Amino acid sequence: MSTSLFSRPAWIGIVVCTTVLALLPLLNLEFPADHALHISSYTVALIGKYMCYAMAALALDLVWGYTGILSLGHGAFFALGGYAHGMYLMRAIGRDGVYQSHLPDFMVFLDWKAYPWYWSFTDNFWYCMALVVLVPGLLAFAFGFFAFRSRIKGVYFSIITQAMTFAFMLLFFRNDTGFGGNNGFTDFKRVLGFTITDAGTKAALYMVTLMFLLGALLLCRWIVTSKLGRVLQAVRDSESRLMFIGYNPLWFKLFVWTLSAVLCGIAGALYVPQVGIINPGEMSPGNSIEMVIWAAVGGRGTLLGPIIGAFSVNGLKSWFTAAFPDLWLFALGLLFILVTLFMPQGLLGLVKKLRRNQQTEEVA
Amino acid sequence: MNAVTRNKEVTYGESGASFERIKGAGLDTTHGAILYLEDITVSFDGFKAINRLNLDISVGELRCIIGPNGAGKTTMMDVITGKTRPSSGTAHFGQTFDLTKMSEPEIAHAGIGRKFQRPTVFEQHTVFENLELAMKMNKRVVPTLFFKLSSEQKGKIEAVLKLIRLNGQERRLAGLLSHGQKQWLEIGMLLMQEPQLLLLDEPVAGMSDAETERTAELLNELRGKHSIMVVEHDMAFVTEIARDGIVTVLHEGSVLAQGLMQQVQSDERVIEVYLGR
Repeated sequence: MSTSLFSRPAWIGIVVCTTVLALLPLLNLEFPADHALHISSYTVALIGKYMCYAMAALALDLVWGYTGILSLGHGAFFALGGYAHGMYLMRAIGRDGVYQSHLPDFMVFLDWKAYPWYWSFTDNFWYCMALVVLVPGLLAFAFGFFAFRSRIKGVYFSIITQAMTFAFMLLFFRNDTGFGGNNGFTDFKRVLGFTITDAGTKAALYMVTLMFLLGALLLCRWIVTSKLGRVLQAVRDSESRLMFIGYNPLWFKLFVWTLSAVLCGIAGALYVPQVGIINPGEMSPGNSIEMVIWAAVGGRGTLLGPIIGAFSVNGLKSWFTAAFPDLWLFALGLLFILVTLFMPQGLLGLVKKLRRNQQTEEVA
Repeated sequence: MNAVTRNKEVTYGESGASFERIKGAGLDTTHGAILYLEDITVSFDGFKAINRLNLDISVGELRCIIGPNGAGKTTMMDVITGKTRPSSGTAHFGQTFDLTKMSEPEIAHAGIGRKFQRPTVFEQHTVFENLELAMKMNKRVVPTLFFKLSSEQKGKIEAVLKLIRLNGQERRLAGLLSHGQKQWLEIGMLLMQEPQLLLLDEPVAGMSDAETERTAELLNELRGKHSIMVVEHDMAFVTEIARDGIVTVLHEGSVLAQGLMQQVQSDERVIEVYLGR
C-alpha cells in the first residue's frame, strides 16, 4: 500500500525534500556561525513556521481541492489549536512571569484571583494536546453538521466560515474571555521542562513539525486514494447524483471537514511554540484567505501542491515584506488573480503541463 | 459472446444480495405491486404539477409513461425518489416503505434506481470508478474508507461493462464518452445498485438511431429481471419496448389514459392532447 500511494518521481521528491528539511537544524547546531555550511537560526525558525503553514494548506486542500468545499475560516481552527497549546505553555511559565504570580501576567493585570474553570487541568501537557484535537474537531463537527444538513453550499458556506473566524477573533479580542485579549499568549519559557529558547529545543520542535507534516501528507494521500476519496470527488462534481446512488453526502463532508479542522489545529499547536506568540490576529479573515491562496498557487486537489504553495508564497512574503513592506497585500492580490487566470492548476499543474509539452515534442 | 450467456454472468436483484448489509432485502410485494402512488398532489406555488395521481406498477413489469411537456412525468419521478415531497397523497414501495418519509439515499438503498433526463455521470472519474461507486454495498463512511474491491465485485463490474457495451473503455474518463455512452453508463450504474425498480427518464433523448436501437435491446434484456418505469417522448422507441405491456398517458398531472400501446394511440383524448399542442 505504502509504495502505491505516490508515483515514483513524487516519492523521490518527498524523500529528498524531507531529508534536506531534516538536515537544516543539524547544520545549524553542528557548524559554527562562520562556517560555509552553517544555516542561521533565523532560517531554521522560518522554515519551521512554513511547515506549519504547509500543514494548514494541506488540510484546506482536503476540503477544497477534493471535496469542493471552500473554507475561508480555517484560520480559526489553526488559532484554536494554537491557543490550546498556548494554555499549557502559559501554565508552564510558573512564577517566572513579570508579576511572579502563579497566574499568567494578563490575569494579574486584570486583577483576577484564580484561573477560570476552563483553565482547569491545562497545566497537564497531554490534556492540552487532547484539547488541540478536540476543540477544533468538535467545533468543526457542530458547525459542519448544521451547515451541511441544511445543504448550505458553495459561496454561502464560504461566507459563513469567514463570519465564523471573524466572530472568534472578536471573542478572543475581549479581555474577559480569559485568553489574554489582543495580546494573546506570549513570553513562553519552557515546554515539557525544556527551555523554549534553547537551540536544541527549537530543533526538536522543528523535527516534530516535520514529522507531523509528513504524517499528515501520507494520511491525506491514503484517504484521497481510497474509495472514500473518490466519493469526496463525486461530492465535488455531482452531489445530487451521489445521493441517488445511495450515499449520504452529509457524513462524508462532515468526516473530511472535521479531519481537516483537526489537522489545521495541530498545525497551529506546532506553530505557537516556534513563533513564541498566539493572538487573535491569527483569526483575522485575511489569514484564512491567505491559506486559500497558498493552496491555489501550489495547485489544489494535489496535496503536494498546497505544501509547495505554502512554502513559495510565504518565502515570497518574507522577502517582499522586508523589501517593500507596504506593497505586500497588493502583490498577494495580484498573485491570486494571475494564478486564477493563467494557472488554474497552480504551480504543480504548470509543471505537469510543461512535462507533457516536452513529451509531445519528443514524440514529434 | 451472445446475449444469453451475458445475462447469466450478471446477477441482479435478489440473487445478488450475497454481500447485502443494508436494508432493502425486506421488500414486501405480496400484493403483486412494487409501487403504489395514491392520490398524489404536488403543487408549486399553487400550480399543480401533479393532480391526484394514481398509479401502480406490478413486480417485473416494464411500464412506459408518455405525455406532453409539463404533464408531470419528471415531477412524479422526483416524488418517487424523495427529491420532492408531495403536498398530499401516499407513495409506497412494496407494502412497507413509505417513500414520502424517506431521504434520497434511503430510497436508493431500499431498491429504487433512477436515471436522469440529462445523463449525469461522474465526469472526472473513469467508467470503472463510476460503476464501482454505484455498486451495491455498505455506503457509510468507515466501510467506504477501508473498502477493497474483491474479485467477485470486479467480476460484477466487468459483466455490467459488457452489458452496456463499454468493455475496453473502463479506464476512460466518463466525461470523454459520447452522449449515448454516458446514457448507457448511467444505466450501468443503476444496475450496479441492484435495484428492484428502475426509473428511466427519457433514456434515448439525444441518441442516434443506432444508439436508440441498442438501448431498446438493452431494456429488453433487462425485462423481467427488474420492474422498470420508462418515461419517453420517442413513440417509435415506446412502441418497440412496450410490446404487450401497459402504457400510461399523463396529462396535466394525472392519468389521462392507460392500456396497450395500440389502444392508447387510438384514444380520442390522447390524440387531442398530443395534436392540440
